[in-house]
Amino acid sequence: MYRLESNISTHSPEFKENFEHNRALIAELKERVARVRQGGPSHAHRAHKQRGKLFVRERLKLLFDPNTPFLELSPLAAWDMYDNQAPGAGMVTGIGVVHGREVMVVAHDATVKGGTYFPMTIKKHLRAQEIAEQNRLPCIYLVDSGGIFLPYQSETFPDRDHFGRIFYNQARMSAQGIPQIAVVLGSCTAGGAYQPAMSDEVVIVRKQGTIYIGGPPLVKAATGEEVTDEELGGADVHARISGVADHYAQNEHHAFEITRNIVQNLDPPRYFPLHRDEPEDPYYDPEELYGIVPRDIRKPFDIREVIARLVDGSRFQEFKELYGPTLVCGFARIMGYPVGILANNGVLFSESSQKGAHFIELCCMRKIPLLFLQNITGFIVGKKYEHQGIARDGAKLVHAVACAEVPKFTVIVGGSYGAGNYGMCGRGYSPRLLWMWPSGRISVMGGEQAADVLVTVRKRSLSKKGERAKPEELEAYRQEILQRYEREASPYFSTARLWDDGVLDPVETRQALALGIAMSLNAPIPDTRFGIFRM
Amino acid sequence: MSSKTRPIKKLLIANRGEIACRIIRACRELNIVPVVVYSDVDRFSRHVLEAQEAVAIGGAAPAESYLNMERLIEAARRTQCQAIHPGYGFLAENPDFARACRDAGLIFIGPPAESMTLVGDKLKARETVQKAGVPLVPGREIAADDPAQWQRLAEEVGYPVLIKAAAGGGGKGMRVVRNAGELASAVAAARREAQAAFANDTVYLEKYIEKPRHVEIQVLADAHGHVVHLFERECSIQRRHQKIVEESPSPALDSELRQTMGETACRVMKSVGYVNAGTVEFLLDEQKQFYFLEVNARIQVEHPVTEMVTGVDLVHQQIAIASGLALPFQQEQIHQHGHAIECRIYAEDPANHFFPSLGKLTLVKEPVGPGIRCDSGIYSGWEVTHHYDPILSKLITWDVDRQRALARMRSALASYVLLGIEHPVPFLQDLLAHPDFVAGNLHTHFLEEHFADWSPPLPESQLPLAALIAALGSTRPHKRVLSSQPAIPSPWQVLGGWEMLHTSEGKQT
Repeated sequence: MYRLESNISTHSPEFKENFEHNRALIAELKERVARVRQGGPSHAHRAHKQRGKLFVRERLKLLFDPNTPFLELSPLAAWDMYDNQAPGAGMVTGIGVVHGREVMVVAHDATVKGGTYFPMTIKKHLRAQEIAEQNRLPCIYLVDSGGIFLPYQSETFPDRDHFGRIFYNQARMSAQGIPQIAVVLGSCTAGGAYQPAMSDEVVIVRKQGTIYIGGPPLVKAATGEEVTDEELGGADVHARISGVADHYAQNEHHAFEITRNIVQNLDPPRYFPLHRDEPEDPYYDPEELYGIVPRDIRKPFDIREVIARLVDGSRFQEFKELYGPTLVCGFARIMGYPVGILANNGVLFSESSQKGAHFIELCCMRKIPLLFLQNITGFIVGKKYEHQGIARDGAKLVHAVACAEVPKFTVIVGGSYGAGNYGMCGRGYSPRLLWMWPSGRISVMGGEQAADVLVTVRKRSLSKKGERAKPEELEAYRQEILQRYEREASPYFSTARLWDDGVLDPVETRQALALGIAMSLNAPIPDTRFGIFRM
Repeated sequence: MSSKTRPIKKLLIANRGEIACRIIRACRELNIVPVVVYSDVDRFSRHVLEAQEAVAIGGAAPAESYLNMERLIEAARRTQCQAIHPGYGFLAENPDFARACRDAGLIFIGPPAESMTLVGDKLKARETVQKAGVPLVPGREIAADDPAQWQRLAEEVGYPVLIKAAAGGGGKGMRVVRNAGELASAVAAARREAQAAFANDTVYLEKYIEKPRHVEIQVLADAHGHVVHLFERECSIQRRHQKIVEESPSPALDSELRQTMGETACRVMKSVGYVNAGTVEFLLDEQKQFYFLEVNARIQVEHPVTEMVTGVDLVHQQIAIASGLALPFQQEQIHQHGHAIECRIYAEDPANHFFPSLGKLTLVKEPVGPGIRCDSGIYSGWEVTHHYDPILSKLITWDVDRQRALARMRSALASYVLLGIEHPVPFLQDLLAHPDFVAGNLHTHFLEEHFADWSPPLPESQLPLAALIAALGSTRPHKRVLSSQPAIPSPWQVLGGWEMLHTSEGKQT
């Protein structure tokens, strides 16, 4: 494979300006993530510690093999939501290594409102389960939760993707042979009781874990019976009397040893035999990504400069280089794993869409994972293009993306607008993992375009009523729309709502992708069957 | 008191752990068949595995098993034992149990119920021994509002004095007064506080002992009125009134004081009609004045140090006395020879407030060698549970003098392997190396003074050990070769502790 030739001058003022700007974005991101990783308020930490309990990240350390990676998911979930009461949505999820195999962990942070479920907590939990199911990862639930956060019950309880779905997923995964293990480290009350109860194996910690359908106050109210937490549903009750728990742990350390022993004895994973080369670092320094991604993301840049800093040896086998050049397609390796890359170099035309569909067919036939690098304003518009059938050709790309059974990964490098988001494997197209860079923007169209459209619509509706809008009113309206779009397109807005699996530092993207691809090989890659391509 | 002898052929041990194992050993040596009892969780405990006969007596909770008198006596009857040895703790100092054994026709290996009752009642015991001329910590009651009288009483007692509410317990309203100038205001304040707290303004003024040592005398008394002492043990190293390190002889005693204290202890035991092995505890102040504390009517945890320096097997003697035999020696025939130290090994984490440390003992390797004795109740693979006293074992060393016995103890501790739980061996090593400990400058506040903020040695110094353990085979294999795995290692194996957006640790405070 040929090495890509970079045309970037790292001494140009533009490069330096971009570099400073993007570094500042990363500093802000890291500062926010560090703050969120603290969990709840300090008084909650004190109370947690006084109960002799370990903090959620200490627990993860005990669970995982020492000195192994942890691919955390959506650390900034619920950012700037719920009056900032729920940092990280009160939960840590991610993929780590236990006895040499990848497992999905869902761990409550009881320092955040007692580990209760906000709407975004549920979304985060379900997303972790979705990843586990797609990639056949054993699930380990570190349970320490008071159940649903009651003020938000209507947004958490009854709908399809609400609380009940957690247990549905547990049952369905268990049926598929994906192990479900719960470690009860605190309370599992009411619906929460099903988290261990629906698991294949349950570990419970003495004088710390409790499981019950109704807590002591409810029992007292309902039957007048006075009962303590321990008597009602402590470890001794469930390990000796009820049989709800299977393993009795003396303390948390013991619980994690037991959990590790359980994982050790699971049926070992059968990795899909994807051909691998010896890994090779990129020839161009990934740090230079900071200087390449423009400060103003609307400014065009060659996406090959990004590819060159993500892939092994900066080598790239480009496909149809001269045809439909606004979509760059080609083969490369990431830490030795083969990938087919689709990356935007401008707006999507009929030719680039057809090329993309063709390339996806190739990768599915050869069982090569797909990587989408999004920087897309959308499909081309205009009379000429509609007459040429851009809708039909765009549909071919969307169809191919939707049906592709190979593992798909998406990184939103810049804009992700309109149907471009769909054609480039946005959230709706089930990529195994989807990350944003701090420079990324998601919305149905660019803020400028949206403002122009809406101002035109308003003018028209006023003129129908025989009125005329004052220019300053229209300008104020325009500004309002611009501001709202700016806010809602931000990666923080996206990641808070789990439109992505996290905001990534560009220089860490290569490692995250490699871990993602390796993790995806826990599941077999089936043959892809496409439907009807509109011709 | 019967003077005829009753031979013991079979003996029930109403205890567990290291002391049960210790008594089993004594029985074997005396050709007595030991029978042990066990609770549900102790089915695989060492004392059960060591005994020929073992009787299950109930649930893990002590009240259901080791404290259940009926079941214990029933077990002794069923196995046709003639005697019950209570060990220490559990029912050892319960006069009702001693009486119940006697009523069931069983020999209780310990003092008669009557003297047990007497020494168990602290106030009565103090009165009784005071009549026998045994010194108590001097004290006076202050009831009247008369500062001149307070001064007089304080001078009688001698400064410094401790003032405390007569009605109260604990530390409430306690204050130390070092000279006459401070007395009036301190007594007045104590009276006010006592009135507020207990509705009784009587305060008690007691001589304050600055840095007391805990020195106790081991006594043996037979049923024929013959009482001897086996010299002292110093047990000043205590944590929350629990002894940790004991030794004999005490570095504080000379032969004259030793003799005086020994004779006093014999007098105490005679005054309460004591029979069998028992201990008289004293406080010793810096001026070498000693004051009676209490009598322990049982075999004590720290008895091995006395055995090491006197050559007398105390458990043998207990059994002999209980079966009615006379002591085989006179006071003049008992000698102290050399020096012995004991370290108690508890399942406790010294780095975390000595909280219990539970779990499976993955590897136990106890030190052996000349002058080393390890009284142990554990083995590799056994699980430490929360139900009972967390003592695992006692390590005792002997040599001709204190410095050599200490050196031997340090070396023995270093070779004590206990894996799987936290334990105090590193703490004991630091304690035994402390210059004041080495010099014998001990007192009961020693640990608070020198080791309040102890933390385990830096990990660097444990690196060679870690490397050794790793070489022996890691308990946490984190690489497993899977047949279908490609030869090139997965990024999950080569990226180390990678974490996205890794900041200076997602540290929780």
